[in-house]
Amino acid sequence: MSTGLNDTEIIGKVLSGDHQAYAVLVNRYQNYVFTLSLRFTKNREDAEEVSQDIFVKAYKALADFRGSSKFSTWLYTIVNNTCITFLRKKKLQTHSLDNESIFETADNLDSGLRANMVEQKSRLTMVSKAIAMLGPDDAEIITLFYKAEQTLEEIAQILGLEANTAKVRLHRARTRLKEKMERHFAEEVKDI
Amino acid sequence: MNTKFNHSHSGDRGIEERLWDYIDGTSSANETPGIEKLLESNIEWKTKYHELLEAHQLMQSVELESPSMRFSKNVMEEIAKLHIAPATKTYINKRIIWGIGIFFITLIIGFLVYGFGQIDWNVKGDSTITENLNKINLSKFFNNTWVNVFMMINVVLGLFLLDNYFSNKRKVLHKDA
Repeated sequence: MSTGLNDTEIIGKVLSGDHQAYAVLVNRYQNYVFTLSLRFTKNREDAEEVSQDIFVKAYKALADFRGSSKFSTWLYTIVNNTCITFLRKKKLQTHSLDNESIFETADNLDSGLRANMVEQKSRLTMVSKAIAMLGPDDAEIITLFYKAEQTLEEIAQILGLEANTAKVRLHRARTRLKEKMERHFAEEVKDI
Repeated sequence: MNTKFNHSHSGDRGIEERLWDYIDGTSSANETPGIEKLLESNIEWKTKYHELLEAHQLMQSVELESPSMRFSKNVMEEIAKLHIAPATKTYINKRIIWGIGIFFITLIIGFLVYGFGQIDWNVKGDSTITENLNKINLSKFFNNTWVNVFMMINVVLGLFLLDNYFSNKRKVLHKDA
């Protein structure tokens, strides 16, 4: 198996005909891609379908990966585009958490989770839930920065923004996350 | 987080923003000592710093979600039916791009040459632009045989390029199949 190889070496193998080597890339990035997709879809079934679509798209376009950026950055660009297309198709609202109706939507989405809140008081669960309650744009940028090991320059590239705009967006996303935590998990926040 | 952003207007920015930059490692070299000093001496900054640092660490510790056990297998089954598309640069025919470019440049130059050819340079500019524009008889331009011939050539050239484009696309598809 090609598990010891870096991404570029694996891509080289796939392009030279060893299609099974692609499984290494899938295994390596499936959790990242799935988590990012879930930030958009808010639904595991859809996230899995979208993630599968992303890996298929990435495979078909693999010859276009020039290695000028990290494979992960290139892959997350596909994630971003595919998820935005998915949301457009589903006609979900993707923007503005300043809009109260979005807060309400997030609250409704989270109502099932809140039922279990008493048992799941861990701080990490609380943060995960708060991230899940954010709008896709905010949840995506936080996940890219904190979990997907992308720098602000790389995030800017993925989202098609200027680096400073990405920085401002990240800052706003963190502020909104904090507001979410204070609003929906006030008791837990006090305990921290 | 390995980022590199500089801030020249640190004075205008809020505590939280400056502290996030400090935590992310994006504060400028000039700003960092000032923040460190404030963290030692100012209780408000210190409290805020610890609050944000904890949030930062929590966000880093959040676990990634995992898809179903069959996910990887599903993807591999899906791609087994597919072929990797050739790199874009290999199938975009540069001649087509050049052809389209030449087509539009010819069109623009043709109109400019014709337009300038119609201007009577000896007439003094004693009337307003609006008056002059109203005097232009557009139907005269498009009844001219040379303009019609020029347009016809461009249409034929355009159709030729379109045909070339589609036949190339068909060849690529056949190749993939």
